[in-house]
Amino acid sequence: MIPELGNLALSLALAVAVVLSLVPLAGSLRGNSAWMTVAHPASMVLLLLLMLAYACLSWAFVTHDFSVLYVANNSHTELPLVYRLTAVWGGHEGSLLLWLVMLGGWTVAVSVFSRALPGVFTARVLAVLGMVCLGFIAFTLFTSNPFERLFPAPAEGTDLNPLLQDPGMVIHPPLLYMGYVGFAVAYALAVAALIGGRLDSAWARWSRPWTTAAWLFLTAGIALGSWWAYYELGWGGWWFWDPVENASFLPWLVGTALIHSLAVTEKRGAFKVWTVLLAISAFALSLLGTFLVRSGVLTSVHAFATDPERGAFLLGFFVLAVGVPLLLYAWRAPRVRSVVSFDLFSRETLMLANNVFLVTAAAAVLLGTLYPLIMDALGQGRISVGPPYFEAVFVPLMLPLLLLVGLGHWVAWKRADAAALARQLWLAFTTAVAFSAILMLWLWGQAGLLVFVGLFMALWIVLSSGLAVFERLRRHGGWRGLRRIPGGFYGMHLAHVGVAVLVVGVTVVSTFETERHVRMMPGDTLEVSGYAFRFDGVREVAGPNFDAIEGVLHVERKGRYVTTLTPQKRYYRVQREPMTQASRHPRPWRDLFTALGEPLGGGAWTLRIHFKPMVHWIWAGAGLMVLGGLLAISDRRYRIRRRSGREGGEPA
Amino acid sequence: MHPQRKRRLYGVLFIVIGVSIATALTMTAFRENLLFFFSPSQIVAGEAPLERNFRVGGLVVEGSVRREQDSTEVSFELTDGAHEVRVFYDGILPDLFREGQGIVAVGRLGEDQVLRASQVLAKHDENYMPPEVAEALKAAGKMPQHEMKRYQKDGYTRDKGDNKGYPDRQ
Repeated sequence: MIPELGNLALSLALAVAVVLSLVPLAGSLRGNSAWMTVAHPASMVLLLLLMLAYACLSWAFVTHDFSVLYVANNSHTELPLVYRLTAVWGGHEGSLLLWLVMLGGWTVAVSVFSRALPGVFTARVLAVLGMVCLGFIAFTLFTSNPFERLFPAPAEGTDLNPLLQDPGMVIHPPLLYMGYVGFAVAYALAVAALIGGRLDSAWARWSRPWTTAAWLFLTAGIALGSWWAYYELGWGGWWFWDPVENASFLPWLVGTALIHSLAVTEKRGAFKVWTVLLAISAFALSLLGTFLVRSGVLTSVHAFATDPERGAFLLGFFVLAVGVPLLLYAWRAPRVRSVVSFDLFSRETLMLANNVFLVTAAAAVLLGTLYPLIMDALGQGRISVGPPYFEAVFVPLMLPLLLLVGLGHWVAWKRADAAALARQLWLAFTTAVAFSAILMLWLWGQAGLLVFVGLFMALWIVLSSGLAVFERLRRHGGWRGLRRIPGGFYGMHLAHVGVAVLVVGVTVVSTFETERHVRMMPGDTLEVSGYAFRFDGVREVAGPNFDAIEGVLHVERKGRYVTTLTPQKRYYRVQREPMTQASRHPRPWRDLFTALGEPLGGGAWTLRIHFKPMVHWIWAGAGLMVLGGLLAISDRRYRIRRRSGREGGEPA
Repeated sequence: MHPQRKRRLYGVLFIVIGVSIATALTMTAFRENLLFFFSPSQIVAGEAPLERNFRVGGLVVEGSVRREQDSTEVSFELTDGAHEVRVFYDGILPDLFREGQGIVAVGRLGEDQVLRASQVLAKHDENYMPPEVAEALKAAGKMPQHEMKRYQKDGYTRDKGDNKGYPDRQ
């Protein structure tokens, strides 16, 4: 009964979504305020119905209702409760439902926090969100229904993929989805503004906190995914330029560009058209990301041949979601052209450069991700694009951008004075050069030029941001001014420092890491980067739903005991799959990473032993970016109407 | 020309040149790093290049895995049902590497027709067959019936974990 209730809730949600997409929009066009206000209760009801459907599916997982096909495919009676609850989004159908609940949540958030906006505008925004919701509910109900029954019901499920039975996997997809779905709000705001034909700085100001919120969720989601891949997959890498990773990175790159472009549109009324296009692209890439990962198209483009309904539906939805706003734009273009002039050396120009770099990088990643799929679909043979391509393109594009990160916020809007700027910044710049030069001399022969450049960039960003905060504090009367500076200002600098921290981590780990793949007999000792690893053989251990062989590694440094590492090779009893569980000894300055390979007979095993200096700085940097985003959203001026003449911050 | 216009012209020129350089770099890197796929039959027929990396897929031939006793070196044969090619690899094989399993190897072909692999990839699913392998088997007319069904059913609800299992950097 419960699954039918879920199905009913989803069907009702479809009806409510139809109302939400049509009535407020019609009201806004005909000036009927009663119709427009329907949007608020409708979005609330929509969310409640979606949550009910979600709860029903969760209930089916909790009670082991294997008569539901999706549950039978993704659960098992031995699966611990917490993983049964997270298995709800372990597959395609359930993750669509999670997507929908989040979209409902964002819609209600817009409805609640937009009371200060003009009713006409709010009605249109909510209507556009309703349309997105409508498309996804229809897709879920008609092609990917998670409540589909299975007759006869099997006595046992086929279990959740063991890779997904991990705390990292519990929170990674929801965060990522929050980010993807969040860009729907920026999209809806842009489309609503196009309908009204008003792309003004008020629109940009309303868009900023929503875009930043989506961006910070996406940042957190990507970072967690990278972290999970690092410790769970047992390969010791943190980014693989895998299509799945690229799919989430694309909206991030464009979203980052959007955040900066919105700042220009708000402050100066420039880049309007560009900002609208970015808002549409960020959401379009989020859709692409969702589809690429969950639809199976990455495994084989021919997957759609066996079920053309899904492919046709998704393609149609994508075309509508991107095409209609573009048509609207063509219609409105004459009314929204920017008429703002600025000098060649001004913050506008640097922001434009920022956008060009980020969007070019996104285009290069998109090419490398989609090209193999397109060639395959056209029957041109199977090819793949390796990580060297992405690295060769990405690094040269990011280096000038990093230089701009330290420079941009110092440069004045409209027209900047280069000489004054040089006076303010020469000390920070030369300090960064000097420090990295000293480092390079000290590390001479061990590290290439890229290390020097990477560390210089990081230092430059930190010094430049630190100096900016110091200057601002001095102007606001020392420490007492701390609270008077807007949150957006701190947010921007914290996020920029996060970028610097991440750059340090990436630079150091990719230059100084050691990865050894070795054969070891019990009693053998291997020295890696000053740490002595002694292999003490293996033993058997049992987990809740797996049996494991556990290697024991005794680690010493300069004769002093450091730790005992126990990497495991797990065999999940239900899915009968082996899986490597790495064992690590993390410290801020380095990580010792070990994984068990295969038995070679006579008690010998192959082992992976990695030394990863400063690898955690990568995720710490991402964490700082997320904190910066949070600070920026907390900026007061997004909540109360800005009083004229009050100086605002410039959030990241 | 008006100085304001002149400055703007420089700005536009700057962007155009920058974008062209970026495009040129991208296209060069792209061409150099494309990995083509060859089946064992194509390699035996001499279609695979000798001087660049490519990917080969097939089933690991039963009883063909040879291991060195005192190192991590291993070699095995891959088949598409019609022809075999020997692969040499120094490193740790993925969890799901076993005889009879469909895998993909990335590497360079030597004059001796042995592939020296820099990566060996196996998906994290024992039922999974890399699509390239399935196609190579189909092309050679050796796709087992039950595998064929599984292949058609598969590849659909592959989720993130599975996709992640694919590219392995070693």
